[in-house]
Amino acid sequence: MEEILNLFQGFAVALQPFNIMVMILGIVLGVVIGVLPGLGGANGVAILLPLTFSMPPTSAIIMLSCIYWGALFGGAITSVLFNIPGEPWSVATTFDGYPMAQQGKAGEALTAAFTSSFVGAFFAVVMITLVAPLVASLALKFGPAEKFAVYFLAFCSFVGLSKEPPFKTIAAMMIGFALAAVGLDSVTGSLRLTFGFTELLNGFDFLIAVIGLFGIGEILLTMEEGLAFRGGKAKINLSVVIQTWKELPRYWMTSLRSCIIGCWMGITPAGATPASFMSYGIAKRMSRNGKNFGKGEIEGVIAPETAAHAAGTAALLPMLSLGVPGSPTAAVLLGGLLIWGLQPGPMLFVEQKDFVWGLIASMYLGNLVGLIVVLTCVPVFAAILRIPFSIIAPLILVLCAIGAYSVHNSTFDVAMMLVFGVIGYGLKKTGYPLAPLVLAIVLGDKAEEAFRQSLLGSQGSLGIFFSNGLVSTIMILGLIALFWSVIQEGYSRLRTRAATA
Amino acid sequence: MTTNSSSNAGPSHKTVEAGVTTVIGLFGALVVYGSVKAGTGWGAEGPRAGFFPFYIGLFIVGSSLVNLWNLFREDEGNLFAEWIQLRQVLSVVIPTTIYVAAMPFIGLYVASFIFIAWFMRWLGKYNWPTVLAVSIGMPLVTYFLFERYFLVPLPKGPIENLIGL
Repeated sequence: MEEILNLFQGFAVALQPFNIMVMILGIVLGVVIGVLPGLGGANGVAILLPLTFSMPPTSAIIMLSCIYWGALFGGAITSVLFNIPGEPWSVATTFDGYPMAQQGKAGEALTAAFTSSFVGAFFAVVMITLVAPLVASLALKFGPAEKFAVYFLAFCSFVGLSKEPPFKTIAAMMIGFALAAVGLDSVTGSLRLTFGFTELLNGFDFLIAVIGLFGIGEILLTMEEGLAFRGGKAKINLSVVIQTWKELPRYWMTSLRSCIIGCWMGITPAGATPASFMSYGIAKRMSRNGKNFGKGEIEGVIAPETAAHAAGTAALLPMLSLGVPGSPTAAVLLGGLLIWGLQPGPMLFVEQKDFVWGLIASMYLGNLVGLIVVLTCVPVFAAILRIPFSIIAPLILVLCAIGAYSVHNSTFDVAMMLVFGVIGYGLKKTGYPLAPLVLAIVLGDKAEEAFRQSLLGSQGSLGIFFSNGLVSTIMILGLIALFWSVIQEGYSRLRTRAATA
Repeated sequence: MTTNSSSNAGPSHKTVEAGVTTVIGLFGALVVYGSVKAGTGWGAEGPRAGFFPFYIGLFIVGSSLVNLWNLFREDEGNLFAEWIQLRQVLSVVIPTTIYVAAMPFIGLYVASFIFIAWFMRWLGKYNWPTVLAVSIGMPLVTYFLFERYFLVPLPKGPIENLIGL
């Protein structure tokens, strides 16, 4: 009951005129970011983060989270109309969305995509409203060992659940941890890994890494394909929307399944991209029209979009209640909290009630505003895509440079951004996932601190991580997640053996 | 994308990936070395500064070895990219490097103007009016949005100071 009351107070915060204004601004910017190649949720938010330094924190997080929702919506537009996924999580949407557009059903595909996005996000926000306070109150009892166990679980899920080869994920993640360790050691106050460069005293800022890895890296990847662009037209009118909406309830089962997959994958930091693929795959297997998937089946649009948006939203649950972001974009938002002087984690629910519930209320409103904005403005956003890449590319590069500079007012950071960009290009081309790298840079210091404090308490014995029921449970969940693919393989092998015997 | 074209169309994926993996492994070794220098044991106040990164470095080296091993068991696969594609990439990387290097000296606005104009004129082959409109318009919008409205100062050089921004 208390949550409902808090939520209403949150709505009062979110409905202030200034906050509604930044909400709409955020959504529009977000859709533009989602539509443009090379600008994604994570680095879009990172670039615009400095703009919010002068705002009150609640308005700032509303704007930034709305950029995120907008980017999630925007990814669908390019996938359906141009067969170019604006975001990695909308790759699965192209499978059926683009064929539908080619059959002249672009309006239906877009309506289905946006509506499913909204449904997925709404489901996830309801879940956050109900679950986040519980998780936070549980997390208040956490000592350093439990904290480290949560980080352990988060990173193990990355290794076990991602599609990339596990050792590449581990390598990418550990690079992130190493980069986070550079500079002044917060516990002993001594320097490490700086090799005499004074620029490295403060270590690597993950915002710079995000802008470089995702922004510059993505531009370089797009450059490979050349400067060609493909045009397309889109129109949504009210009758198409209503007709599609009449059709959608038939697929409630697919929606619900995708919502659950999305929430699960969002909380464990596997993220929106695998969630969309998994949801698409399962829908294909379960649906009666499964063999039509890939030829323009509306269900093939609903499944990945619902899951991607649910995952993207659910990623904020661990960020708010535990201080462990579930996706790179959530990590950037977490970085924002730190800059505004708020400590993410369970104490936020006790000390910053207005902030937390204002944010949660803004998630409800932001997604509703987003749905309306994208349904009414598709032609405008589609027109942005028709601007040739040779104009867009230098503008995005300049924007990235501005964003990187304004984090610390340092031109050295801009150079670092470029270095990260080239590294990001190389890693992406060779199949190393970037998300765990970024998350490790963000969480590296905290994970290390928790680890060292735990060991300090136990005089160096690793037994502390299995010393009570709570911490052992989290560690064992982590180990299960780590070896998930091995367990799955073993299970299916057992089953086939049982079947043949 | 051509997959089985002749070998002189570009570097093979395997070669590049082996290179990247080796560099990552060396980075791991560097981390181990730096951690040892910082002290990996226990000091008066518990684990010393290099304690945690030491194991991180070992993980990087270890997983790179596994990745290399996996790579060598793979067949000779696709191209990494065609040379012409890599030239496209370099045609962005090199001017961006110059842009970033020039920024502290001539200021962000002038550097951005030159960079956008160069990019559009040489890579995009636009006519001068379009080029000038975008390359002057973007820094102007940036100035008003960042410097005036959101009060975020951006680097300036002699020319910006001369105009009195």
